[in-house]
Amino acid sequence: MNRTKRHLLSWAVCAALLPLSAAWLHAQEPSSASATPEAKADKAAESEDPFAPQPAPPLPAGMTGSSTSDPRYSLKPGLYDAGEVAMGMKHVAYMKKPDAFQLNASTPDDPAVAKTLGQLGVGNPAKMPPSMKMVIAQLAFANSDFAFQGTHLFQGNFYGIDIFDIANPAKPALLTTLVCPGGQGDVSVYKNLLFMSVEMPNGRIDCGTQAFPPDPPSPSGEAKDMHHHIPVAQPDRFRGVRIFDISDIRNPRQVAAVQSCRGSHTHTLVVDPNDKDNVYIYVSGTSFVRQSEELAGCSDGEPEKNPNTALFRIDVIKVPVAHPEAAAIVSSPRVFIDPRTGAVNGLNNGGSHDKGEQKPVDTDQCHDITVYSAVGLAAGACSGNGLLLDIKDPIHPKRVDAVNDPNYSYWHSASFSNDGTKVVFTDEWGGGLGARCRPNDPNKWGADAIFNLKGDKLEFANYYKLPAAQGDTENCVAHNGSLVPVPGRDIEVQAWYQGGVSVMDFTDPAHPEEIAYFDRGPIDPKMLVLGGFWSAYWYNGAIYGSEIARGLDVFELTPTKFITQNEIDAAKAMQTGELNVQNQQKFEWPSKLVVAKAYVDQLERSKAVSAGQIAALRKAIAGAESSHLKPRQLAKLKKLAAPLETTASSAKPADATRLHALAGILEHPVA
Amino acid sequence: MLPRILKTMCKRLPVHTGFAALLAFSAAGAAPIALCAQNAAPVIVQPGAPGQPTHELPASTHATLPPLVQADVEFMQGMIMHHSQAVEMTALIATHTNDADVRAIGAKISRSQADEIRMMQRWLAERGQATSMSMPGMPDMDMNGNPMAPMPGMLTPAQMEALRNAHGAEFDHLFLTGMIQHHGGALVMVKELFSHPGAGQDAEIFDFVTDVDTGQRAEIRIMQHMLEEKH
Repeated sequence: MNRTKRHLLSWAVCAALLPLSAAWLHAQEPSSASATPEAKADKAAESEDPFAPQPAPPLPAGMTGSSTSDPRYSLKPGLYDAGEVAMGMKHVAYMKKPDAFQLNASTPDDPAVAKTLGQLGVGNPAKMPPSMKMVIAQLAFANSDFAFQGTHLFQGNFYGIDIFDIANPAKPALLTTLVCPGGQGDVSVYKNLLFMSVEMPNGRIDCGTQAFPPDPPSPSGEAKDMHHHIPVAQPDRFRGVRIFDISDIRNPRQVAAVQSCRGSHTHTLVVDPNDKDNVYIYVSGTSFVRQSEELAGCSDGEPEKNPNTALFRIDVIKVPVAHPEAAAIVSSPRVFIDPRTGAVNGLNNGGSHDKGEQKPVDTDQCHDITVYSAVGLAAGACSGNGLLLDIKDPIHPKRVDAVNDPNYSYWHSASFSNDGTKVVFTDEWGGGLGARCRPNDPNKWGADAIFNLKGDKLEFANYYKLPAAQGDTENCVAHNGSLVPVPGRDIEVQAWYQGGVSVMDFTDPAHPEEIAYFDRGPIDPKMLVLGGFWSAYWYNGAIYGSEIARGLDVFELTPTKFITQNEIDAAKAMQTGELNVQNQQKFEWPSKLVVAKAYVDQLERSKAVSAGQIAALRKAIAGAESSHLKPRQLAKLKKLAAPLETTASSAKPADATRLHALAGILEHPVA
Repeated sequence: MLPRILKTMCKRLPVHTGFAALLAFSAAGAAPIALCAQNAAPVIVQPGAPGQPTHELPASTHATLPPLVQADVEFMQGMIMHHSQAVEMTALIATHTNDADVRAIGAKISRSQADEIRMMQRWLAERGQATSMSMPGMPDMDMNGNPMAPMPGMLTPAQMEALRNAHGAEFDHLFLTGMIQHHGGALVMVKELFSHPGAGQDAEIFDFVTDVDTGQRAEIRIMQHMLEEKH
């Protein structure tokens, strides 16, 4: 195919998809330049299929990859008709992304397009990626993170927010699509306030979709002059955290827009147990620092040369709950400071391990921070390091520990175990844009790293990576997850982009294991089209998956040899009114017999008590249940409690915890 | 059209399937059901600036992409050329040095930049743009056919020649200093891109250049550290 044909082809496809703006026509001008030499160049480029994925390089020595015999490795591709496979999970609902977050969907399938392709000499138009619109738009309208409140689910998108009614998780209903571009659209909710992160330069204070105008066309004949532009400040640009009032869920109003120098890649809601009048927002910015002409006080550069650099810090927004319009940045903690020297770039990624690959690099940004107010700590996933912050004074978080890891390339997110004795960090190797779960990708790279937390010290225990290998066209790496509130166990459900959803038990942090999963085939067999799960979170009995390209998925856990119905029911008994996963809340299970039954199942599995005892416990619990907690049956239950405490004294720690908790319920069960 | 009070009532009703069924059996009659069902359809809204009202958008609303900006296109075309030189430099390593550190950083740079070249080619192809402005064996041309100024940080032909002729420790030094210069140019290109009005608003290019900026900054520090160690 020569250049002219190729451009006509591109033109045909793009004309159908892109708004025909003057800027776009202007961009077409290079194609009208002299044809002969370019045609040669094009021939050379033709041998390279720009859509074909790069073959995976061989595994480094001493490393192992994920399994290719897993059924998830060979699923049928497709955007809406991909093959699916699940273990221990039931797919109960799926909702396509609304049209307001997609380009006009009707055109690419237009027969006229196929006809034009044929005329242009494309041998087999069917081999063209099925929906070019998807390719172009893949990231502009990507779904991102979740927040939950009551029966409402908030799904962030690079282009706005979708609000769903999830009163019935199997039948989610879209209530409101809020259009407000700027990426990534990370969301949190607190009472009547909805928070949204904006980092991209197309963000506008007024939520406009028109972005900002491009350069005026340069006068023809003038030499290209791209290196001598004067930065243009845009007073209407917004990069930071928006605050909406959602008192009327179908008519959210923007009440504040707090600008920040690097914008907000993610943010974390912080609720100070001692401060009822305010909430706080930790802002993690990872993008470029804008000019002071656009936002006063912003400047970048190394701290030796510029002590006021907007790098090497996080920002803290204080939000008066009754007057959110007064929200403002109140501090910009230098969380990477070296306390001895006062240098603000006091942390690096260590890198004493992997020769050549990992030499010290200053850490100048946090990617995401998970706060756990119940223990007064936050876990910061801060590009080159995992941080532990003391947040008892939420405006002035103080670093108490920092770790690095030779196999980590980008510290991305974190979760605490419910008892606060473990932290699971994730490594977003390749930024989520690449295929990183191929058979030859090491399973220590782009994995979870589980740490024990003793006092204020983090101690590495092991890695966990999606055990199933994925294809070359599936972007895949560890991403966002939440705890599943099964009492007596540490379980996390987690998104792995096109690697699907994986549920992992890390009760024993040295031996994490997968207990459930769901996966779809790649969006496209020939090219990597960005998609897959951004987040997978448990909320009040169901698992919600935010699919970047496809929409919203809802799942339920089903019993397997890894988890019993009683354990699932006990998790469902733990209800919450609001969930912002990075503002972690402690689970307190009700003293119900369904929770007791979960513990009994676990004690049977771990063989911590004899089969006879298990049978006696089940009989007594069943009796109490069927009698609706009659005193005589309760007495029988109570009698079983004391021996459990005795057994606990010599049991393994995890079993001892279960035995104590079980004894507690048997002594005082509630209906 | 709908009386305001009915509209408000419908708006506040929970929207799930049970609701329609419930109403269908109620004495409310058919008309309100139809009206409420209509109202229960998802709304598309666009907030205004803080303090300003929110506007309802038509149900037919589709998303739009930011306009394609010439600066973005030229950045990608220029960065392909820029990356190509880095790949060319790393290709010399196998025959010019046995230094394990240089080999390791070279392998990493080669792998990531070759991968990124394909991504940039794809980005340009999707938008109907030329994936290259250059021609084999000829000086690079700009859109008017004039010889093109090299991208910031690119090694001059003399520097490339010196690198080709060096071996062992001399090569290591020239490679590291050259690649630091080269990466530094990429950071300049990113900074310049964002200084263009309207540039970098496409989500894919935004994420890509953010990654280029953090990734190459990190590699510069690694190479600086290597240079310090070798002296």
